[in-house]
Amino acid sequence: MRYLPKSPADREAMLKAIGVRSVDDLFAPIPAEYRLSRDLKIPRQMAESEIVDYFRQRSRENGDGYVAFLGAGAYAHYRPVIIDSLISRGEFLTAYTPYQAEISQGTLQSIFEFQTMICELTGMEVANASMYDGSTAAAEAVMMAVRLTGRRSVVVARSLHPEYREVLATYATHQGMPLSIAGFGDDGRINLTELESRITPETACVLVQSPNFFGTIEEVSAVADIAHKHGAMLVVSIAEAVSLGIVEPPRQADVIALEAQSFGVPLGFGGPYCGVIATREKYVRQMPGRLVGQTVDRQGRRGFVLTLATREQHIRREKATSNICTNQALVALMVNIFMTVYGKAGLKELAKQNLAKTAYAAAEFSKHGEVLFASSPRFNEFVVRSSEEPRAINGRLLGHKIVGGLPLKKFYPELGNAALWCCTELTTRSAIDTAVGLVAESERSVRSAKEEVEEVTR
Amino acid sequence: MKRETRKATRHVNQNEGLIFEKSSPGKAAWKLPPLDVPEVDTAKLLGSCERKDLGNMPEVSEIEIIRHFTRMSTWNYAIDLGMYPLGSCTMKYNPRVNEAVARVEGIANGHPYQPEKISQGALHIIKTLSECLIEITGLDAITLQPAAGAHGEMTGLLMVRAYHQARGNARKKILIPDSAHGTNPATAAMVNYAVENLKSDSRGMVDIAALEAQTSEDVAALMLTNPNTLGVFEQEIHKIADILHAKGGLLYMDGANMNALVGKVRPGDFGVDLMHLNLHKTFSTPHGGGGPGSGPVAIRKTLEPFLPSPVVITKPDGTLSFDYNRPQSVGRVRAFYGNFGMFVRALAFIQANGPDGLRQTTEDAVLNANYVRKGLEGAYDLPYSTPTMHEVVFSDKLQAKLGVRTMDLAKRLIDYGFHPYTTAFPLIVPGALMIEPTESESKEEMDLFIEAMKSIAEEVEEDPQIVLDAPHSTRVSRLDETAAARKPVLRWKPTA
Repeated sequence: MRYLPKSPADREAMLKAIGVRSVDDLFAPIPAEYRLSRDLKIPRQMAESEIVDYFRQRSRENGDGYVAFLGAGAYAHYRPVIIDSLISRGEFLTAYTPYQAEISQGTLQSIFEFQTMICELTGMEVANASMYDGSTAAAEAVMMAVRLTGRRSVVVARSLHPEYREVLATYATHQGMPLSIAGFGDDGRINLTELESRITPETACVLVQSPNFFGTIEEVSAVADIAHKHGAMLVVSIAEAVSLGIVEPPRQADVIALEAQSFGVPLGFGGPYCGVIATREKYVRQMPGRLVGQTVDRQGRRGFVLTLATREQHIRREKATSNICTNQALVALMVNIFMTVYGKAGLKELAKQNLAKTAYAAAEFSKHGEVLFASSPRFNEFVVRSSEEPRAINGRLLGHKIVGGLPLKKFYPELGNAALWCCTELTTRSAIDTAVGLVAESERSVRSAKEEVEEVTR
Repeated sequence: MKRETRKATRHVNQNEGLIFEKSSPGKAAWKLPPLDVPEVDTAKLLGSCERKDLGNMPEVSEIEIIRHFTRMSTWNYAIDLGMYPLGSCTMKYNPRVNEAVARVEGIANGHPYQPEKISQGALHIIKTLSECLIEITGLDAITLQPAAGAHGEMTGLLMVRAYHQARGNARKKILIPDSAHGTNPATAAMVNYAVENLKSDSRGMVDIAALEAQTSEDVAALMLTNPNTLGVFEQEIHKIADILHAKGGLLYMDGANMNALVGKVRPGDFGVDLMHLNLHKTFSTPHGGGGPGSGPVAIRKTLEPFLPSPVVITKPDGTLSFDYNRPQSVGRVRAFYGNFGMFVRALAFIQANGPDGLRQTTEDAVLNANYVRKGLEGAYDLPYSTPTMHEVVFSDKLQAKLGVRTMDLAKRLIDYGFHPYTTAFPLIVPGALMIEPTESESKEEMDLFIEAMKSIAEEVEEDPQIVLDAPHSTRVSRLDETAAARKPVLRWKPTA
């Protein structure tokens, strides 16, 4: 086996040194009746070239060569080449959690820079070293608000990513945290009147996403005013990090739960991604997840360490702020490098291109179909309602190697034949024009079919 | 440094400040293509939502970024540099073909919501890995959705709760041995179970009499790590399972130490009802400086209705599909389907090994741990003489008499060119040195490690101060963790 660095002679010598006859003697503590006396029924040992072939084949069966108008919590942005050059260095790739600070300063300093940039972008005072993803970060942020307020219930916007809502429901079930849902209005934003009516003296926090699942930017300051008026906290989920380049961050929030996948993390069929929690300094001791802090060594030189570990499971066990035992260090490193590459000016220009492509696409679609929530500002997603089922239109688009917008019937049946479309800086005008053309064709054929029917019935 | 070490010598590494300290307006590492659609008036589109300023985000060039991160990388220890014997972390070699195949276009860039028709490749990977892991664990079904081991524990206990609930009583407690990882009790608390501590006996195993006394119809499950954190296989495992099952409780296995078992024994065969695996330990996906992990949960048939949604199924026409219609499901634990990129790497590892390779891997891991044990016996105190599997736990009892503790010994090991072992865990061993070499170490590397550890033990006798002041060879000396926690500085700020 090519990963194992021992010759048969090495093994013999080692067994002899230990004082046993065969390696099976070392497994003697396992009762004989449980020991496996056959081969595992798994694929046979493969050569490296066969493994590469196997995955190339799977790749060809997996949307390779398609242009997608899909967002909904997973965004296709350009990934600068140096991200993979740098994260492939064995010193980053094959290191463990930086508990031994003296030989982990590379990981530690890079996380410190990551925390700083997340603070700059979100307008918060502290950020953690990352979490599993945006959905679990949102759930953990809500539990943090529950601990901080001593209240138990939560009001959640229906315009929050439906799968984030599902994750929160799973986490909340056994914490005795009742959830209530506040709907959205014709502008695609949380209905403020309904929101206020759902807040009770037991409400720990309000959770909204902005830009929300429809790409619409929420009126965060109005939501914050309502939440704070009733003594509840405001948790804002951000799923599209690139929006932070041009959209004012929700500075009125008490906790921000960010999904940073947009910053240089491959779509990867849904993971691994990079959640982050950012908040105010005064709440830091209730924040879950790892934190890196600056300190000095015995000679007074600057250095970095994992800190405030007394919040964590390995110290506090069942009294910890969370059971979380890891962050997404390597993914956070991708995010870190992406933020460093684009920086202050680049992130803004990148976000502007997303805005321009989306404005163009939405304007084109609105000539032929109905673009919902058009009165509200949006970032890079929008909802198109068609006469025909989006699935049928998407089926025809697939023939052009285009994946159309995400059909919303599963999540929002009340919106009818609606689909969520996304454009990024990678979306070309010609792909937009092709997609709009097919939607227009669908509308025309539905209209003429309808006219025929009307003709006949008249 | 007084002593010679054959493993490491000093070398120069570059100084490097924070990236913000290199920033200067006008420097850039990015270039966007020209827009092919009309420019927009952002103020008009966004109104009051428009962001004007991005604060102190850096502005630097590409070469500076390359040097910045490359320089920092050289300050890290890594498996690629040498033995990383962190007990219970399973720091094995991370094969590079795993990284290559995870970056193949359709695998790296597949969107989680692309139609199933063009997702068959990803679904096939999920299904094949699932089948392999089911066979390896000897259980009946699996979910790959949890993002890490602790997340898998939570998912598992959610299923335990749902299982009991479906039988009319969710029960109240989870039994957890005192040798367990901290995540176990923290997880039980998240799922709203009370934690009851279970004592270990003099051999470091579950005390069967105590288990018998504490197991009642209030007990939902026992969370057992097997081999446990001492590296000891619970020889009376079947008795343990029987005691629980007799009262209707479930046996949950923390699979952190699965590296001792793969291909040699299957938890499903010795009475385990459900368990999580750590793909980043046993199945070679990189630790990456602390994540991403992946924590699949394998289960018995009786727990299948409660799996997180969605579940991959085969449709009558032979194509693969996600099934969302799972009325008894515990729900979702994560958006999308889990850390798919880690599934790809784990499957590539399984393929590179095959049944014979996985068995040899396990045998070598156990061989290495026993070789270290033999080599260090006498030089360090061995608190439990019970046979060990893939890891061995010594204590600092002999050295502590001279004022040197496990953390000091660990820091000194750095000077000898090794990453420290796990210190001060498990909690049942005061001053623990928890050593897990994994299968990835050659005899030569192990001999160097044993030599280094023995040399340090001698130093403690001759000149303890050199150990107390260690490490001597790193770019920073011991860092003041107390100051870091007392007055936390968690971000850079510009100096006014």
